[in-house]
Amino acid sequence: MDLTLAIIVTVVGASTPILIAALGELVVERAGVLNLGVEGMMLIGAIAGFVVQFHTGNPYLALLSGAAAGTAASLIFGFLTLSLSANQTATGLALTIFGTGFSALAGSSYSARPVTLMQPLLPEQLADHPIGRVIFGYSFPVYFAFVMVVAVRYFLHSTRAGLILRAVGENDQSAHSIGYSVIGVRYLAVMFGGAMAGIAGACFPLLLTPQWAERMTAGRGWIAVALVVFASWRPLRLLAGAYLFGLVMTMELYAKAGGGVLSVIPSELWAALPYLATIVVLVLISLRRDATTNAPACLGKPFLPTN
Amino acid sequence: MTLSRRNFVKVGGAAMALPLLGSSAFAQLEKVKVGFIYVGTINDNGYNYAHNQGRLYVEEHLGDKVETIYVENVPEGPDCERVLRELAQQGCNLIFATSFGFGDSVVKVAPQFPDVAFEHATGYMSGPNIGLYNARFYEGRAVCGTIAGHMSETGKYGYIGSFPIPEVVMGINAFVLAARKVNPDATIKPVYISTWNDPAKEADAARAMIDQGIDVIAQHTDGPAALQVAAERGIVGGFGQGADMSAFAPETQLTAIIDHWGPHYLASAEAVLAGTWVPGNTWEGLKEDVVQMGPYGAKVPADVVAAAEAMRTGQIDGSVHIFTGPINDNTGVERVPAGTTMTDAELLSMDWYVEGVEQPA
Repeated sequence: MDLTLAIIVTVVGASTPILIAALGELVVERAGVLNLGVEGMMLIGAIAGFVVQFHTGNPYLALLSGAAAGTAASLIFGFLTLSLSANQTATGLALTIFGTGFSALAGSSYSARPVTLMQPLLPEQLADHPIGRVIFGYSFPVYFAFVMVVAVRYFLHSTRAGLILRAVGENDQSAHSIGYSVIGVRYLAVMFGGAMAGIAGACFPLLLTPQWAERMTAGRGWIAVALVVFASWRPLRLLAGAYLFGLVMTMELYAKAGGGVLSVIPSELWAALPYLATIVVLVLISLRRDATTNAPACLGKPFLPTN
Repeated sequence: MTLSRRNFVKVGGAAMALPLLGSSAFAQLEKVKVGFIYVGTINDNGYNYAHNQGRLYVEEHLGDKVETIYVENVPEGPDCERVLRELAQQGCNLIFATSFGFGDSVVKVAPQFPDVAFEHATGYMSGPNIGLYNARFYEGRAVCGTIAGHMSETGKYGYIGSFPIPEVVMGINAFVLAARKVNPDATIKPVYISTWNDPAKEADAARAMIDQGIDVIAQHTDGPAALQVAAERGIVGGFGQGADMSAFAPETQLTAIIDHWGPHYLASAEAVLAGTWVPGNTWEGLKEDVVQMGPYGAKVPADVVAAAEAMRTGQIDGSVHIFTGPINDNTGVERVPAGTTMTDAELLSMDWYVEGVEQPA
């Protein structure tokens, strides 16, 4: 039982940054923009968060700086793709390369420096009991991620602004012709995606491993991008998907480290599960006759008004 | 740099101007220019950091008789050839390729610059102007294992590996052989994570092992993530790898294995200066000071420090070689008979685990 609880705690840690970054990308893509720069923005957020945590010791300020740095990086992308109508795929890839190099440069003098981890959000008494620990024992970003899932879902499906954002992503020409600023809405979405990726990056030094290391996000930004497709652009499925990926990533290690029950499923199978799950989901999606794949119709297309 | 005509004339001229003294291709020099290429960044606080410390060591000792240049983040592939050529064309007399994966490029480029000395770390392909060098990190592992044998309460250790290559397998085996000299029931669990640098995964692997009962952890990856988790969970301890990592876990680091390439780099640079450089094949360790142990942690008791020191000094004076039989593999088959010591060639191709290593999943 104790081991089960310990595994849950590790899974939650592994899933949280992926969920936060993917949630940002989901909103970006719902507005019709494909930003493949998530990994780069996460790294920029990670170094910004680390530097602020190192100098101030205030993890909330560190998260905010991660968000600010991620937003700044996303504005580069926004300017190129929205204002100048550059190719989104190429620009996003360039942003990832830029973020990797820039964060390495900015972090070059912070290599042998530890920081302190973010403390749990809720009072310790709540986390005294093992079950309490599993529910109440996390720091702020874990709960933030859950709240944001609900908030994004509510925003997209129950608010006027969310409807406009979806309209921009589904049919930019129509949205434009009835007077909405397509570029303006997309800028806001891209900035939100940048802020979320920045926060997700800052989670690495604050939540998972209190240090700065070059490329420390190690490809999780790409998992976040893939998860958005996996979740067919829906926030609740994204939550399930992020935790599923977190679970298999963690279980692979627990299965390798342990004997007994855990080794019933070989670690190789755990390692292969995310890919198997992706294939199964894609097959299921394509089998459904009543619905499309749910991809925003204008995803990845630059907006050039026709009138 | 593309090969400009001017540079080409300069390099060609320099090559022709070299006096043809006897059969030796290497002349005495007033000043030596040494190039280093690193596979990662000098700020990784581990492997590449240690090589760069070696470069600084040479500068410190040779002063104005040496000029060094380095290129970091060089990918293991065709790009490495370009970097090697550039260094040679810029007038380097001696070039260190510090990663295993640079080997193919060195073998291609070196024949084109016969008057430049090349040295390749941890490789196996030599040549008329290609020397090989490596370090006996397993000697440091034996010291760590001795400490683990004394201090662990559960007798279960965890070991985070990158890939199951002989270098890593050798380290795991040395660690547990030393630990079992103290605690014959001790076991070690290797977990391979298929990367040298993914701190979050290293940390989660450490958590996975600690949650399942290990209380001492070692790692053969580039960063201090596992050590930090050990501190966070309050287990007995862990070890620094490549460099002293006590800044990351002052209470938890029991000691560290420090790569100290400086003396080797200095010796090679001096040999090139004197015109006596010949391609060598060195595999040095604690004795030659190429492998060093970090400071012992405050929580390591005096008698354990004494035992660890005995293991360290024993390997220096040659009275102890951790791979001396009898050694059984982890299926119980005797691999090394009593009194026999494994040869270097056997060690460098080691692909089996000794008794006490739980077969990795």
